[in-house]
Amino acid sequence: MAHRDGYTAFVSSGVGKRLATTLGLPQPVALRRQVPGRPLVDGPVLAGGHGESPALTALRDGLITAGATLVDALPESGRLGGVVVDLTAVEEPSDLESTRAILAPALRRLGRCARVVVVGRDPALASSPAQRAARRSLEGITRSVAKELRAGATANLVLVTDGSESAALGTVEFLLSARSAYVDAQVFRVGAGAAAQATDDRPLDGKVAVVTGAARGIGAEIARTLARDGATVVCVDVPSAGASLATVANEIGGTALQVDVTAADAGGRILRHATTRHGGLDIVVHNAGITRDKLLANTDADRWASVVDVNLGSILRMNEAFLARGGLRQGGHVVLVSSIAGIAGNRGQSNYAASKAGVIGLVDAYASDRGLRRHGITVNAVAPGFIETEMTARIPFATRELGRRLNSLSQGGLPVDVAETIAFFASDAQSAVSGNVVRVCGQSLLGA
Amino acid sequence: MTTPRRAAVLGGNRIPFARQFGAYAEASNQDMLTAALEGLVARHGLAGERLGEVVAGAVIKHSRDFNLTREAVLGSSLSPTTPAYDITQACGTGLEAAILVANKIALGQVDSGIAGGVDSASDAPVVVPEKLRRKLLRLNRAKSSAEKAKAVAAFRPTDVGIQVPANTEPRTGLSMGEHMAITAARWGVTREDQDALALASHHNLAAAYDRGFFDDLLTPYLGLTRDQNLRPDSTLEKLASLKPVFGKGEGATMTAGNSTPLTDGASAVLLGSTEWAAAHGLAPLAWFVDGETAAVDYVTGDEGLLMAPAYAVPRLLARNGLSLQDFDFYEIHEAFAATVLSTLAAWDDEDFCRERLGLDAPLGVIDRSRLNVTGSSLAAGHPFAATGGRIVATLATLLHEKGPGSRGLISICAAGGQGVVAILEAA
Repeated sequence: MAHRDGYTAFVSSGVGKRLATTLGLPQPVALRRQVPGRPLVDGPVLAGGHGESPALTALRDGLITAGATLVDALPESGRLGGVVVDLTAVEEPSDLESTRAILAPALRRLGRCARVVVVGRDPALASSPAQRAARRSLEGITRSVAKELRAGATANLVLVTDGSESAALGTVEFLLSARSAYVDAQVFRVGAGAAAQATDDRPLDGKVAVVTGAARGIGAEIARTLARDGATVVCVDVPSAGASLATVANEIGGTALQVDVTAADAGGRILRHATTRHGGLDIVVHNAGITRDKLLANTDADRWASVVDVNLGSILRMNEAFLARGGLRQGGHVVLVSSIAGIAGNRGQSNYAASKAGVIGLVDAYASDRGLRRHGITVNAVAPGFIETEMTARIPFATRELGRRLNSLSQGGLPVDVAETIAFFASDAQSAVSGNVVRVCGQSLLGA
Repeated sequence: MTTPRRAAVLGGNRIPFARQFGAYAEASNQDMLTAALEGLVARHGLAGERLGEVVAGAVIKHSRDFNLTREAVLGSSLSPTTPAYDITQACGTGLEAAILVANKIALGQVDSGIAGGVDSASDAPVVVPEKLRRKLLRLNRAKSSAEKAKAVAAFRPTDVGIQVPANTEPRTGLSMGEHMAITAARWGVTREDQDALALASHHNLAAAYDRGFFDDLLTPYLGLTRDQNLRPDSTLEKLASLKPVFGKGEGATMTAGNSTPLTDGASAVLLGSTEWAAAHGLAPLAWFVDGETAAVDYVTGDEGLLMAPAYAVPRLLARNGLSLQDFDFYEIHEAFAATVLSTLAAWDDEDFCRERLGLDAPLGVIDRSRLNVTGSSLAAGHPFAATGGRIVATLATLLHEKGPGSRGLISICAAGGQGVVAILEAA
């Protein structure tokens, strides 16, 4: 992925780099992104933790199989590809010293686009106030470390479930890999489940996926990424976008289905298409969305209603078909697309924020639905931050520059960054990952 | 050779039709045919597939397009190992292509194929006058300087000029509209009936768009999402206000409103055997039952230029043991409103049916509510070779909606006094 905005290219040059250093300007680097065959991480991964490090014990073999070189102590020389810190055994605040002891020397030795993965347990399930406090501290540590990291490095937190530590393997792999390039300072919750190795160049082989809003931008990239990972993709968009939809579908060997997601029978038509053409449906990515920006004081009922219906109402209606008997197959995955605006709010986007915050509510509701759990269906959402698309290219220069730089990686993300996280949620290796809303925002300052 | 099997219409795609010098003014036949194929490939997930064959054509063709369909295939996402050939039978090209593909499927020679057509009235080939062409060729052949000088000396200022292809019959010198005006007068077709038919075409096409009928039949192209010629708000008053453009004096009834305008566009239809369809997860929409082509002697004035379908249909009905009333849908190409009305009048005329068709009784009338129910060429436009594909895909979809047992008749008139007709049946 060669994309670089002009500023990033400038500060990567000799003169630009010196100037940026002198003036203390942000110095974004070209992020390491996934290409088939690329090693999981560049350089050894320091693995350490507090006490017995039970999670590391459970994950060690899987990470090695995935291609990581684990080291228990800092090597004499050279740069680290990443650090995995197992803090699942912290019992009280003083135990947190282990974090400092491991990370402090390691952070100085991190390579370009290195990864820090902190593994902990859910504070809500703690057995004492001291334990809960210590567990909650990990989020603060992770977010702070993420802000201190340089050169495209990221830090994320994975919360594992007692007795199912190995189920977090796929998540830790994802966070170490180039696939999580623009995912920074996020918390991933992994439920109970079996160990699942994710590393495979085609983790979605044999799966049938539907992507709405697939004609352009992020949706087209989601379709491409799911196809790259092996899925057969049904590309859906409104009939008026049919020309570019056909181009995307043909490029990835999928099928194009022209249907307006707000149509009453949209869910049924999509399901019928997937079932008759491809024998079933495993993955649904609700990506279709629109904006009709205006200050709330100036917005009219039409602008309000269309955004809420396309971005939220249509998902509810279509899911009636997808989540009913004969819909999504056992162990299927639903991925929704929220937005940073749905978390932080955005001036002039009250309708959009309403719909995107509503999406988060939907994830919560579906994730706690017993029926869906019984069928092994996972529901997660991504909330993109500033992503370089045709849409953001139209934002006025100053606003756009601000949006781009106000994050820990000092750059906008690419559509593929959103797509990679969606592909991660769509993989069977992540059957224990449900109910997550993960921001793909490079640790944007907005709503953080 | 195997026992004939059924050929299924599996789906279709076309680009919206544009008015001449409209949205596709800069698009070539190859561009448009490729676009139509790409939409069809995407809709049916055929990227990288080797099909049995692709058959298509254009009525107005550049000499460089000698392998138009094959070039379009190579520019598409289909496997480059898919063979293709061009055919031309004037406005019957698209339907004749479908008959050819269906026949090969029926015979087991291919398992799948695409039939299509394209025409541009905007990007038309320009030809120099015959005298100038000969002199240019002589100059090209000249080897020595002396020969070249001699060839150049032969040019005259009066040689200069260009000829744009015209919608004129070479043997009569009459335009298609002028021919039609003669037939319309012969059958006493009224202005009011023609305008009413044109209005129904616009209203039916608009309603079909509004209910999403074309969502699975059309892919937008160059910013156009609906047929450029469509006028959903047309009225009888507006149509009645237009001046006649064909025919003369009192009896002139044909206007720009009830005649098809020159149009650019392309269409493609996917056909296949039952087995091939099942292997590709495609449900047959309709069976391609049978086709028939007729021609009439319009040169001597014995019959009207566009009346051949009136002869082809009864032959097709007889062969299939059907009456004219045995259909749920009639797709009669609206070259002119008068074409449809003259044909219907002929079928209900005792003398015509006895003397011309050799029948004991007239074929009778059809239920007009079953005619061109989602509009036809008057509203959509008529890029000559693309009309057959448009109609086959439309009718197959209508029959699929209607359900098993339903049957449809297609009738398309063509230049040169020809007519191509076919029967489809719901799968």
